[in-house]
Amino acid sequence: MNINSIQDQIIEEFSELNDWLDKYEYLITLGKSHNIYDEDLKTDKHLIAGCQSNVWVKTEINNNNVILKADSDALITRGIISLLLRVLNNQTADDITHADLYFLDKIGLKSNLSPSRANGLAAIVKQIQSYAAEIGA
Amino acid sequence: MLNIDKIRADFPILKRKIYNNPLIYLDNAATTQKPQQVIDSVAEFYSFKNSNIHRGVHYLSEEADCEYQQARETVKEYINAEKSSEIIFTQGTTDSLNFIADTLGRSLLKKGDEIIITEMEHHSNIVPWQILCNQIDAVLKIIPVDDNGTLLLEKLQELITDKTRLISLTYVSNVLGIINPVKKIIKQVHNHDILVIIDGAQAVQHIPIDVQSLDCDFFVFSGHKMYAGTGIGVLYAKQKWLEVIPPYRYGGGMISEVNFENTLFQDPPQKFEAGTVNIAGAVSLKTAIEYINAIGLESISSHEKKVYSYTVEKLRKLPKVTVYGNTTDMCGALSFNLDNIHHYDAGTLLDKMGIAVRTGKHCAEPLMNRYGVQGTIRASFAIYNSIEDADALINGIRKVQKIMATK
Repeated sequence: MNINSIQDQIIEEFSELNDWLDKYEYLITLGKSHNIYDEDLKTDKHLIAGCQSNVWVKTEINNNNVILKADSDALITRGIISLLLRVLNNQTADDITHADLYFLDKIGLKSNLSPSRANGLAAIVKQIQSYAAEIGA
Repeated sequence: MLNIDKIRADFPILKRKIYNNPLIYLDNAATTQKPQQVIDSVAEFYSFKNSNIHRGVHYLSEEADCEYQQARETVKEYINAEKSSEIIFTQGTTDSLNFIADTLGRSLLKKGDEIIITEMEHHSNIVPWQILCNQIDAVLKIIPVDDNGTLLLEKLQELITDKTRLISLTYVSNVLGIINPVKKIIKQVHNHDILVIIDGAQAVQHIPIDVQSLDCDFFVFSGHKMYAGTGIGVLYAKQKWLEVIPPYRYGGGMISEVNFENTLFQDPPQKFEAGTVNIAGAVSLKTAIEYINAIGLESISSHEKKVYSYTVEKLRKLPKVTVYGNTTDMCGALSFNLDNIHHYDAGTLLDKMGIAVRTGKHCAEPLMNRYGVQGTIRASFAIYNSIEDADALINGIRKVQKIMATK
């Protein structure tokens, strides 16, 4: 499925969640079920140091697609990461580079992407997109 | 007894709703909200009195100058300095500490000297000293804290050598809210001719300060944590030090004579206030102090103590909560963590309930390392916080624990 179809699917899922509580409970559930089996991931090499929560991101290339692994020590951040990976993982470098991640705004999480939000999400998106741009170039 | 409803009515921001909830503002150690009186004083200054000071012959300039000097006088009275010339306006505590590290580094300190700070300092009372030590080849030494957050003062005596030149420490911890026995420490180290700098950023809004009785050499604080505007702060120094240390910045307003060969400086405090100063900020600080004085700092202090103790007691009774800092001498900030819940998650969920706390390292990474934590949740109190606010926090925490237990 392409990036925008997945984003639309997530927006659809979130439209069924009425208030912030449902939304965050959903993110927490996603965070809890986001399991990455990669011992190498949570190392300093992949750490994006944020003030509040640690975020690790690892990028690899497989054929023409970018394989993403990411995690956080904060559960809500982890939930958002799992959404982000659902959208961007295994897409082509070119598609990732030019992706407009409108779903974060539509599901009410855009403030999490502001650079001043110290959860590392803006940094993770930037890192993924610049890695993809590098490969695509 | 203070009428908290009446006090709350002075702070327009407290009427705001955050995500449809009433705002519960518990991030006062970061900055306090401003009463209408302070907001009006700034608006009035810019509306009707704005002019540059020190140099004008015209009416408005003299009036602005007068306001500015009155602010200095008000600060002097508030901390009971001996002379108003001992009050230097700065941008805030960070600026004041950088000022002292820089000017002492260029005058009284030399290679091999030793500087003592504590393990609970804010980065602004660590980094300037660390950088200075690197620059002049001096040595930085640290007083550790115990598990309760109390300074291990028996270690202080061991740290002091004949090379120790100064100690810089916080009056009240910005993380733990612990009140350090600064008067006792000052007395102890003055026997060794050691300069003492007190970071009063988390103290001036909670505890009556008398710099003469404390006998500290320097005392620094910010306006914005005591109901004034941002960008204004204070550096108090004993006159004798202001006579010997060089200016921090050079420029207009601080000279008495300039030619291309040489420059003569004005006397303190002008010597240390180069360029156009934050006049409106000083006015806001004066108004904030008048606001505090009108209510009475003793009354404020006892009200805050009530709310603080109530919150600590309730927090300790909650299951799966760790409170950092465990003495009876605490005020302002209160740090805790919820077992198996990341502080960022807790802060995010509390925010959705309209409860503003701070989470993270609170600019005190060494203290976080001491406790082996990535960060904490910090609630911090001010005059307008009520028992209801404390209850809202406790209920919020219960709710966070419940939400985080989802599936």
